[in-house]
Amino acid sequence: MKTSALVIKTPEGIVFAQSLAGPVTRFFAWFIDLMSIGILVSAVGTILGEIRVISVDVAGAVLTLGYFVISIGYGIFLEWAWRGQTIGKKLLGLRVVDAEGMRLQFDQVVTRNLLRSVDMLPGFYLVGGVVCWLSRKCQRLGDIAANTIVVRTPSIAEPDLDQLLVGKFNSLRQYPHLAARLRQRVSPGEASTALQALIRRDEFEPSSRVELFEQLAGHFRAKVDFPPEATDGIADEQYIRNVVDVVYGRSNIAGGNSNETQRHEGTKKAGI
Amino acid sequence: MIIDFQRFIASERPVWNELERMLVRLEAEPNARMTLEELQRFHELYERAAASLAKLTTFSFEPETRQYLESLIARAYGEIHETREKRRRIFPLRWFLQTLPQTFRRHVRAFYLSLAITLAGCAFGGFATAFDPDSRQVTMPFGHDQLRPSERVKQEESGAEDRLTGRKSTFSAFLMTHNIQVSIFTLALGMTWGLGTILLLFYNGIALGAISFDYIADGQTRFLMGWLMPHGVIEIPAILIAGQAGLLLALALVGAGKRAPLGTRLRGVSRDVVTLSFGFALLLVWAGLVEAFLSQYHEPVVPYDAKIAFGTIELALLCLYLGKSGR
Repeated sequence: MKTSALVIKTPEGIVFAQSLAGPVTRFFAWFIDLMSIGILVSAVGTILGEIRVISVDVAGAVLTLGYFVISIGYGIFLEWAWRGQTIGKKLLGLRVVDAEGMRLQFDQVVTRNLLRSVDMLPGFYLVGGVVCWLSRKCQRLGDIAANTIVVRTPSIAEPDLDQLLVGKFNSLRQYPHLAARLRQRVSPGEASTALQALIRRDEFEPSSRVELFEQLAGHFRAKVDFPPEATDGIADEQYIRNVVDVVYGRSNIAGGNSNETQRHEGTKKAGI
Repeated sequence: MIIDFQRFIASERPVWNELERMLVRLEAEPNARMTLEELQRFHELYERAAASLAKLTTFSFEPETRQYLESLIARAYGEIHETREKRRRIFPLRWFLQTLPQTFRRHVRAFYLSLAITLAGCAFGGFATAFDPDSRQVTMPFGHDQLRPSERVKQEESGAEDRLTGRKSTFSAFLMTHNIQVSIFTLALGMTWGLGTILLLFYNGIALGAISFDYIADGQTRFLMGWLMPHGVIEIPAILIAGQAGLLLALALVGAGKRAPLGTRLRGVSRDVVTLSFGFALLLVWAGLVEAFLSQYHEPVVPYDAKIAFGTIELALLCLYLGKSGR
């Protein structure tokens, strides 16, 4: 069965997943690489063209060899030097890795690049693309031979909870026993949904944003019945912000946010 | 139950950062060796980060941090569990005198198979030309079917001027790159369960057999040997080695009689395939030089006997090298 992620279970029992890159993204990465090779070849050609002054024959030989070495060596050199990345792969956040999670070896890099000649048949990587499409791990023939896969390596930024939560009065915190009950009743999935909604709030259309937070607030309001003083006059989005603040475990629930802010500032100053 | 996420991050982040710094250093300097203390620390950090990941996965409420930790663990896992030898330095002379010939001998059966397929093609090409002379147009590369061998020999030997004047180097470079590309293709076709490799080797054999028979039948054996031997005794074995590498891939792919999974089988031959690839490329560079600078010159410029003697010495040295070097 085809999967979008390669799941590896370590001997310690830890499971981690690597997101596999699909044939279309890889095709675009290859296209960027093709342009890079073209630019490199023409640059080298211009520089080496000066040899013509000495000998047209030698210049011809050097250009022929130069083109060959660049076209074959581009992938090998960059994937080895940049640990599985070329210019195209870097730009599109892709990386070649060992299919079993081990360290990428030089012979794997060479093998997968030498086998491009078959993957490219009959043109535009048709064979490679079809094999990749059918393969469970999204591998072209070169990847199968080299036992490699291409994974996505998006830049991972941790959510800035301080920016989301700190500095706003949280009326729910005035009722510590109810806040504790809320923490108890909210499942990890529900907490994650609320947090993601806040993080991505600016990506929604205004009407969808209002509708989403309305539904979420209705859902969380049903979990614990806070007194009207704590919830009246609070917009749905602010209510969710308060819920996330409570659920994500600020320790001094009774004391509001001021002490918590100070604690965070302290840890930041300590370089954590 | 929800863990105190912020506190958890604050307490564990220094561990993750230290692990990341060690990984960056390891990745930037693949040849660096860690001390015992560093190794112990690295392992400890890996286990701490793995435990953090396990905790986050259990509670699964913060996907981005989990993704970050997964990528960190994935990188560290490769460094810790890798059992294959780390290539610290390349020693070209040792590689040439030991690694390449030893690898060749280790898989010599695949080479014999490659040779047998080519010889079968030669026999087919020879018979085809003998029984149906019109088949020359199909069996021979373009140009060879246009002229009788004796006519060509006459032309070559009466040539007053050097056809390759001013373009010998370019011609040599063209031969090298073209032959290496064909050889890489022969190797790569091993991934078609060897069918493509076998077809290419057989086709090469047909062309060689057809041309050889044509010249021998026309009484031009000396010319043929003088023309082909200086570069052919290197070029043909190089293509056979490419076939050997392709068949190695194919055998690993088919995996007849082997219980190991596909990935393990291919991993087992990968390094040898690469060694053989660099080997045939090296041989073809030499063959390209000889073909452009010697093979294209015939009597009276270069005596055939000298060219045949040169080819014979090359072949003997190649056999000696592949058969004995590094034992």
